[in-house]
Amino acid sequence: MDFAIFIKILIAAVAAGTPFVYAALGELVTEKSGVLNLGVEGMMLVGAITGFIAMAKTGSLLLAVGCGMTAGMLMAAIFGVLTLTLMANQVASGLALTIFGIGLSAFLGLKYTSIALPGIPELPIPLLSDIPVLGKLFFSYDILVYGSLALLAIVSWFLYKTRAGLILRGVGEAPKSAHALGYNVVRIRYIAVLFGGAMAGLGGVYLSVAYTPVWVEGMVAGRGWVSLALVVFATWRPLRVLFGAYLFGAITIAQFHIQGLGIDIPSQLLSMLPYLATILVLVVISRDLTAIRLNSPASLGITYHPENQ
Amino acid sequence: MFVRIEPRPEPSRVMKYCSPLIAAVLMLISGLIIFTLLGKDPVQAFHAFFIEPIHDLYGIGELFIKAAPLMLIGTGLAIGFRANIWNIGAEGQMALGAIFGGYIAIIFHGSSSHFILPLMILCGAIGGILWAAIPALLKTVFNANEILVSLMLNYVALLLLEFLVHGPLRDPNGYGFPQSVLFSDSAMLPILIEGTRLHLGVLISIIGVGIGWVFLEKGFTGYQLQVAGLAQKAATYAGFKYKKLIWIGMLSGGITAGIAGALEIAGPIGQLLPSVSPGYGYAAIIVAFVGRLHPGGIFLSSLLMALLYLGGESGQMNLDLPSAVTGIFQGLLLFYLLAADFLIHYRLRLNSRQRENG
Amino acid sequence: MMLAKKHIFSVCILAACVLGLVLSASAAEKLKVGFVYISPIGDAGWTYQHNQGRLALEKNLGDKVETKYIEKVPEGPEAERVIRNLAKSGYDLIFTTSFGYMNPTLKVAKMFPKKYFEHCTGYKTAKNVGTYMCRYYQGRYLAGIIAGKMTKSNTLGYVAAFPIPEVIRGINAYTLGARSVNPAIKVKVIWVNSWFDPGKEREASEALIAQGADVITHHTDSTAPVLTAEEKGVYAIAYHSDMSKYGPKAQLTAVTHNYGKFYTKVAQSVLDHTWKPEAVWSGIKEGSIKLAPINPVVPKDVVALVEKTTKGIADGTFKPFHGPIKNQSGKLIVAAGKSLTDKDLLGMNYYVEGVQGSIPK
Repeated sequence: MDFAIFIKILIAAVAAGTPFVYAALGELVTEKSGVLNLGVEGMMLVGAITGFIAMAKTGSLLLAVGCGMTAGMLMAAIFGVLTLTLMANQVASGLALTIFGIGLSAFLGLKYTSIALPGIPELPIPLLSDIPVLGKLFFSYDILVYGSLALLAIVSWFLYKTRAGLILRGVGEAPKSAHALGYNVVRIRYIAVLFGGAMAGLGGVYLSVAYTPVWVEGMVAGRGWVSLALVVFATWRPLRVLFGAYLFGAITIAQFHIQGLGIDIPSQLLSMLPYLATILVLVVISRDLTAIRLNSPASLGITYHPENQ
Repeated sequence: MFVRIEPRPEPSRVMKYCSPLIAAVLMLISGLIIFTLLGKDPVQAFHAFFIEPIHDLYGIGELFIKAAPLMLIGTGLAIGFRANIWNIGAEGQMALGAIFGGYIAIIFHGSSSHFILPLMILCGAIGGILWAAIPALLKTVFNANEILVSLMLNYVALLLLEFLVHGPLRDPNGYGFPQSVLFSDSAMLPILIEGTRLHLGVLISIIGVGIGWVFLEKGFTGYQLQVAGLAQKAATYAGFKYKKLIWIGMLSGGITAGIAGALEIAGPIGQLLPSVSPGYGYAAIIVAFVGRLHPGGIFLSSLLMALLYLGGESGQMNLDLPSAVTGIFQGLLLFYLLAADFLIHYRLRLNSRQRENG
Repeated sequence: MMLAKKHIFSVCILAACVLGLVLSASAAEKLKVGFVYISPIGDAGWTYQHNQGRLALEKNLGDKVETKYIEKVPEGPEAERVIRNLAKSGYDLIFTTSFGYMNPTLKVAKMFPKKYFEHCTGYKTAKNVGTYMCRYYQGRYLAGIIAGKMTKSNTLGYVAAFPIPEVIRGINAYTLGARSVNPAIKVKVIWVNSWFDPGKEREASEALIAQGADVITHHTDSTAPVLTAEEKGVYAIAYHSDMSKYGPKAQLTAVTHNYGKFYTKVAQSVLDHTWKPEAVWSGIKEGSIKLAPINPVVPKDVVALVEKTTKGIADGTFKPFHGPIKNQSGKLIVAAGKSLTDKDLLGMNYYVEGVQGSIPK
């Protein structure tokens, strides 16, 4: 494989990884607050179709992004009401959310299957993008790719440099103590869940408006589930989410390139690798109690309500 | 002005039976709105959705065929869920059950021995157990989160099944299409009622639910699981071995899912295909919760879930309802059922003038 | 009181019977035709084309038929129930349009010996089950000629779903067509292991383009390969449906499936009581396979060559799989003057010379 192709794989991996970056960073914040929302796939689908409809009707990317995020948030709100207010089980509610999202998105999209959007233009950064090789690799993506990088910076900064981030992590670690300190655990978790929904919605918008600018039923095709895996793979660290998302994109794309070069590989076995790697990472970090304490939210998936303690 | 949430001192008996009704009423209202918006007569639509699919013996048979894997797996999962052990890998464990069971059917293809079917089911159970043992092992030895490990293993299992059916287990005379040979009659579950597809596997599943009921409600281990679910520490104090409970909780899901996988291929499918389950493993999780982790409730909720699937098809056939409506309907009903359970453990107080220290 | 109630009841039953008779009498004139689809209809692709066929059938036979489709029916046990319910609800002729419906169709057909079934792409027929399929490869060969003439890099990209004979036949025919006008052609194939995943189809197309392919075609179900070609400024040859809307510059042509004539013919034969279980394999001649309007960038002489070959295929004087054909290692597998039989074609499991890589096992 020559160098030029290698660079092309990397560039394609960034685009392929971007929906994961959005959805997984959103889910990361949700999980950091101690809530496990398995409905990412459903939220992404509803975000994808709403963003697509907005784009088709108005042509405004801003509006598409806004609508997709709002739709994702509304979906997350359903989940929030169920699990945070009504204290239903998080696993079951998340799965129900996905079933609902698949149906709802297909329904909303019934009239939009025959529209092709123009896609969104690449936005090469002046001067920088003219640097040979590196310019193309780092500075010539569309705006949503840059947006995902900005999101990464914001999430990292928020979680580790701000007081609010500290509180959020505290709520995920020890909700009882956070409550005793006077924080409203349920409200904080609501905000985290809604943020997760907005980001999943945005990940969906990227797919339907930028990556493959058409609407087809079920077009998210399992990327929501992969995003859930990535959060674990990244051991709940934002920068590692980015790394994991691009790695996942790169593996998929490299696999296609290897095939194109005429090398025979059993593709199903190769496709298993990311999941096996995630399990391996999970085992390694879980074995080391300090590492798991540092990263994994201790109360993940456990329903909490102050009245119930 | 404010609605206050208050825990009930004891779960409400009335609400235990009323909450599904409340969910049903909410469902009817939503259905009314959805169908009216779609320009369909709601009465007709409800009839098509909920009555039409089961108006004859064949339809009732179909209902049970669809509900069987859900109730069996749901019961197995509930055993773990009661102890807060979260096996969400039933979809993968089911695939492994199908692979193991299917392998037996394929190597003994053409033989008419009576031992093939029991062997298939046994191997299916082993397949499910082995797959469920991975998260159990990683949980007990490395403390790895079983939700995430079992979820990841679902993908691995589905890809493994796909790989095998596209390659080693493919029918050599099948023009290269990804499917195994059609199983011999000796590897197929007998039909119970002529004119329907109701097969022996449905009966096995119902018996499985019964065994689950005895185990959970009558046995000491069931009691231990319950205690462990309420408070892990209390269970440890009482001298229960929590690790043992993890193994029981995980493997009960694995064994039922594995058997369900074997029953599916030996029953309605009759061969190995790249996919043997339209998401039964995930749906069973919801069934378990909607049935409140009680085998009796799981039995009923599996029938309800199955009816929603059949209703979607019937709605398409009789009223030209888009298939997308099924998913919306399923999602909504599940939301309502999950939400209504809240009323069993909590009550709403309307006044909140004198807020006590909460 | 009781008596009166009973009376009213029996009158009602009588009325219902009469009404039922009247209704069934008027319904008997109409042939009810059911369709089972694997995916949502959407705007392009496999199921869309079948649905176009259904609409054409409705248009051609008008009042004589009534059609119904059930979409998104998974292969396996679900399919059996749906097909059976259609048969039971009075549908006399049922088209099942995916390979995985083969065994369910046969099972249901056994239970309903008086109904007629037609299964698409299968290889098993029965007393009341016929099969049908198009000679998709004929269109592929023609498309190959255009691709072979239009490529500058002599590298063609092919996004494929699963290594089954139908797909391999298409790859080989496309390669033979391209090499008939340009012997330097190489065809690169990428398997995405999915009939339908726009994201993966895009990624595979991008990989092919990055490796030098300047004409992309696909045997998958979404419009993503054509969209990607349009975006990257290379050519594309669409499959199943005309996708020029998604790639007005990119799409050179499309190999389209057209079932309308066939569906009409079968329904008519049922109406005339002349239906027979057949394994129908129709192509250019019958109008089942057509090329979408060829992009004006394709030179006149190429269009003329395509038209000539089309004619040859239609009148049987030309066969795409006509010797000499060599396999990948250069071994002659079809001698000059011979051509492959339908049976050879049905089980095709090797690549011809010019295709790169090997078929996944």
